[in-house]
Amino acid sequence: MAGGARQETKLHCWMKAKIVITPKKAVVDPQGKTVQNALAQMGYAGIGAVHVGKYLEVELAGTDLEAARRQIDDACHRLLSNPVIEDYRFDLEPT
Amino acid sequence: MNFAVVQFPGSNCDQDVVHVLRNVLGHSARLLWHKEQSLGDAEAVVVPGGFSFGDYLRTGAIARFSPVMQAVRSFAAQGGPVLGICNGFQILCEAGLLPGALVRNRSLQFRCEPVFLKTATADSPFTNRIPAGKLLRLPIAHGEGCYFADDETLARLRANNQILWHYVNAEGEPTPGSNPNGSLENIAGICNDARNVAALMPHPERASEPILGCADGRLLFESMICKCP
Repeated sequence: MAGGARQETKLHCWMKAKIVITPKKAVVDPQGKTVQNALAQMGYAGIGAVHVGKYLEVELAGTDLEAARRQIDDACHRLLSNPVIEDYRFDLEPT
Repeated sequence: MNFAVVQFPGSNCDQDVVHVLRNVLGHSARLLWHKEQSLGDAEAVVVPGGFSFGDYLRTGAIARFSPVMQAVRSFAAQGGPVLGICNGFQILCEAGLLPGALVRNRSLQFRCEPVFLKTATADSPFTNRIPAGKLLRLPIAHGEGCYFADDETLARLRANNQILWHYVNAEGEPTPGSNPNGSLENIAGICNDARNVAALMPHPERASEPILGCADGRLLFESMICKCP
């Protein structure tokens, strides 16, 4: 960081977004397949398809759930997921 | 010819590209830190390989928002030639300058080995000096090089001759065994619709001098130089 230490900003966050990102069905998911095979080899019965994705928690200031929802949806679309290869869903809750 | 080689935190092939352009090919090349907002007098841009921003979140996902990428976007929109290599390919896809995406290798292995490439068309500023039928031997080094695009995008790439390179075997055939990462249709590199933005996963800058065992990579850079007005 140019100019020394990053300034710590302490926000009072009253909301939390819990975001789940998963690979799209059409995209090969070798991680999921490998985990699936491992579970089957361990002897777990009836293991179907496994999909490996990502989980993010984002804390948010303010109390306007609707505005926060729009913001998180935008962020998921632009940065947190890649719409070419991933789907996302999220829950937003007051903390 | 003036090249700008973009440098992100975590880029690690930037110096190699500059070395080839300056010392092997005798052209002007300068490093451009990712915070820069202008490309200056650059006539061509290379987005090099590496692990920009530690590959956090997704490969190339953070780098695409660096200030320099806005300048690269404008440069590309005006027809300027932009070449992405490895992580540069991932960044250009994330930025929407190229269609599709690069995902985890189907084998889950980081693959670091030489591959054969077949050039599908000489009709681009990146392939015009590559003799027809010549196979290029270039090294790869990546964990996320599996090219993916939906059916509609793939059809468009084929129809517009935007697939520039395929992974092939020593006989020039695009077999499953010669595909190191599971890329759809053995795709190793593509260009955009306007043909001035291209990228590939293999590293031409690591194979541009005989002392390194192979100089096939020179042909890509020489193509770009030859096209320069």
